Amino acid sequence: MSAPAHLARRRTLVGLALAVLLVLATLVSAVVGQFGVSVQDVVLSVLRHSWIPNPWFANPWPEIDPTADAALWVIRFPRIVMAMAVGAALAVAGAVMQAVFGNPLAEPGVVGVSSGAALGAALAIVTGLLAFGEWTIALLAFAGGLGATLLVYGVSRANGRTEVVTLLLTGIAVNAFGGAGLAFLLFMAGTASREQIVFWQLGSLSGSLWRESLLVLVVAAIGAVVAIALGRRYDILSLGERNARHLGIDVERLRFWSIVLVALLTGVAVAFVGIIAFVGLVVPHLMRMILGPSHRALLTASAFGGSLLIVVADLLSRTLVAGAELPIGLLTSLIGGPFFFVLLWRQRRASGGWA
Amino acid sequence: MIRAERVTVELGGRAVVHEVELAVATGELLALVGPNGAGKSTLLSALSGERRPDAGRVLIGDRPADELGALELARIRSVLTQDNAVSFPFRVAEVVEMGRSPWARTPAQDADDDAIRAALERADVAHLVERRFTELSGGERARVSLARVLAQETPIVLLDEPTAALDLRHQEDVLRIARGLAAEGRTVVVVLHDLSLAAAYADRVALLEDGRLRALGTPVEVLTEPLISEVYRLPVEVLVRDGRPLVIPRR
Repeated sequence: MSAPAHLARRRTLVGLALAVLLVLATLVSAVVGQFGVSVQDVVLSVLRHSWIPNPWFANPWPEIDPTADAALWVIRFPRIVMAMAVGAALAVAGAVMQAVFGNPLAEPGVVGVSSGAALGAALAIVTGLLAFGEWTIALLAFAGGLGATLLVYGVSRANGRTEVVTLLLTGIAVNAFGGAGLAFLLFMAGTASREQIVFWQLGSLSGSLWRESLLVLVVAAIGAVVAIALGRRYDILSLGERNARHLGIDVERLRFWSIVLVALLTGVAVAFVGIIAFVGLVVPHLMRMILGPSHRALLTASAFGGSLLIVVADLLSRTLVAGAELPIGLLTSLIGGPFFFVLLWRQRRASGGWA
Repeated sequence: MIRAERVTVELGGRAVVHEVELAVATGELLALVGPNGAGKSTLLSALSGERRPDAGRVLIGDRPADELGALELARIRSVLTQDNAVSFPFRVAEVVEMGRSPWARTPAQDADDDAIRAALERADVAHLVERRFTELSGGERARVSLARVLAQETPIVLLDEPTAALDLRHQEDVLRIARGLAAEGRTVVVVLHDLSLAAAYADRVALLEDGRLRALGTPVEVLTEPLISEVYRLPVEVLVRDGRPLVIPRR
């Protein structure tokens, strides 16, 4: 039985809306900034750097001002790509985590996975550890994220399900530990490292480099595709662990690889841009409200929705205050905090308690 | 066909199921009864291949359960558990459709729509298809979950207290469905608390006491006044009507 007609139509609409908004947000993001660039210049610059031939003339696309061109290709585009990749990674990580925990309130930031990853990254910064070259920070962030995910998972599950209270309390514990570790590292660190760590705690996309953006993009894309391929199994997992097993799902294996996936997606995002909380909570939840809980559509829409959210949030973070940049993590938490509270309140009302 | 050979299951060092010897034939409806904590659900999970016995073995079809992979098992036996919560607001149609997932990418996939429709009708939930599972009442959830199990269309069907949340009519309906499954040549095991209900529909009754198989036989043989009074530690009166015992506590 496929999705009923109204749902299929809704999927198409959401897909179209997300695509249009994402293109618009990207354009605005490319245009707005300290150095003004016109929309026409952005389009021309993109065309010039692409392999698309100019259909009207034999000669290539006209050149634009080289400073504008440099501003676009050295500063803005890598940053926009990073925003999209990070948004997709975090939103997909959130949706996968919710599927695995069987709980719509699970989110990498809330349960402490992000702070585990930040702790790993900070450790690499402070100790100056370069065992794995320039990717050391990313690797340690992944390790920290994975450790935190496994911890939360191991502690908060009982009888194949996770109660909200247990999950949130575990999150408090893990976040407290991560926070203490970060504070300790801050205390130990020199001024330069200290600034770098503060940057991690608040999250920022400024100074994104192409090679970083592309790495995050590749990981986010692979992660999203894997998650979507597992979507059907996540649907069945929502019947509960035992029922899923009775329907032929290898639950242990599914869970293990999903946790690795969450840690990888969160770790790679946090490693380069710091903690951006609540994306994994807000985006999948909105998509679930519009599209229903079926995971294939949900994960696909979440990936694009997450991209859109972070591109817009980044745009706001560098334009809201003239001459300065707000940390993006501050913005998402500002929206995400109240949102989380409303969710909690609604779930509490629905289940008549904190279960 | 499903067979337990001297099956022992331990939980926390205690034998919850102790050397149970039991065979359920194809086309048979067996009721598993016994007081709380007698090990009915544990025995059922051993029979389903989900829990590996600490001693003895379980044969499902004619193969040892531990030789079968999760997916193979899912095509041979279906299980209705007592816990039927669904984490996200899936529609009833989607939940029942999930029962067909073991058959994905097999020739049986072609029968999906028919199987789902038949299961919805049989469990009397066809009118609920567009509703969200999370909005249903307890009894409706139980019936939708039953429909999901029916849609799986397996030769062996195991039901753990399928009547617990149901009203009188739907209790009878569920047992009639179980009866029908057996008549189609399936092997059906039902865990029940209502002894009269078990007596009315089962071919045979297995009575468990403290993890041991206390009695196994037709309802008239097993559900006798002295045996039930002793095992349940409650004096009962047994009336036999049309060859089917009715168990009534003496008040």
